[in-house]
Amino acid sequence: MNDAQVLLTVFVMGICTYLPRMLPLVFLRKKIENPHVSAFLTYLPYGILTAMVIPDIFFSTASPISGIAGAAAAFFLAFKKKGLLPAAVAAVVTVFLVERLLGMIGWIS
Amino acid sequence: MRLRFKDGFKDGIPIALGYISVAVAFGILAADNGLPLWSPLLMSFAVFTGTGQFAGVHLISSHAGLAEVAFSLLVINIRSILMSVSLAQKLPKEMSVPRRMAVAFGNTDEVFGVCIQKREPLTFSYLIGIILISYLGWNFGTALGVLSSAALPLPIRSAMGIALYAMFIAIILPPVSESRPLAIVVAISGLVSVLFRVVPFLATIGSGWKITICGILAAGVCAVLFPEMPEKREEGEKNDVNMKEDAT
Repeated sequence: MNDAQVLLTVFVMGICTYLPRMLPLVFLRKKIENPHVSAFLTYLPYGILTAMVIPDIFFSTASPISGIAGAAAAFFLAFKKKGLLPAAVAAVVTVFLVERLLGMIGWIS
Repeated sequence: MRLRFKDGFKDGIPIALGYISVAVAFGILAADNGLPLWSPLLMSFAVFTGTGQFAGVHLISSHAGLAEVAFSLLVINIRSILMSVSLAQKLPKEMSVPRRMAVAFGNTDEVFGVCIQKREPLTFSYLIGIILISYLGWNFGTALGVLSSAALPLPIRSAMGIALYAMFIAIILPPVSESRPLAIVVAISGLVSVLFRVVPFLATIGSGWKITICGILAAGVCAVLFPEMPEKREEGEKNDVNMKEDAT
């Protein structure tokens, strides 16, 4: 691809990302009163977020072992309602430490 | 308490942290695939999406036509429609169209995830705060990745790969532990999502479809079983009062 084609591709990517984000926000201004539809929209975020996390979190690091350890750390702090940043940091630190351990015993390089 | 810019900025820190690591990986991938170095930077600046940009690198390096680019991106972004429909219910009714259009640019999976767990009514300043820090992290990470793959050593990148997932857990778990319908939503979605990974013919389906199907299925089943309690109404009215204060 030459530069012009790449530029055009990025432009199309931008449009196809922005429109799905923008149209509902601009055109769905009325509060939905139907209890089933309203319940659907309340539950939807949790369904979507869960599908993003499970099972992908276990494969998001160098080894499933460190992935499970990091997930457990996040799970523990989330259960204690410690907030988003502590959960994220605890998971990162746990993964880092577990991977150093795994490295020492030669399970990962 | 009214949500301010700095509240949003603070809530966006874990997003930015996760974005830096993902964006570094993206920048490296784009450079490794021989894309012109300005293009990943432009993508992060103008498109601002994770999965879509990774797909973009693949599409450009395989010389995909524009129709294929459009189709791939739209499939990946179906879930954005769902998220925006859901977020639209949480915005103050009076928020102007230009403001809605600005917020829409930054309605990524992660910004959405953090926004929906706020109990307070969302404000424009709060949204701009959370979007701005996330956007800075995303672009900073992309530049790091493009400029030097050695900027973040591999062990640190591997560890940071879990940050966004961990943040999602901290979003999902607290409300789910207090609500049976939400617990069932999560159970259904998680189970179906695992099926998508282990059942051979389902495993070929792209992640954009998977997330959309799991979300609709889980929320749909529970919306039939447990329709909303009427208490939701009051929250909407509170939103209106807050916006009137905003106007003065």
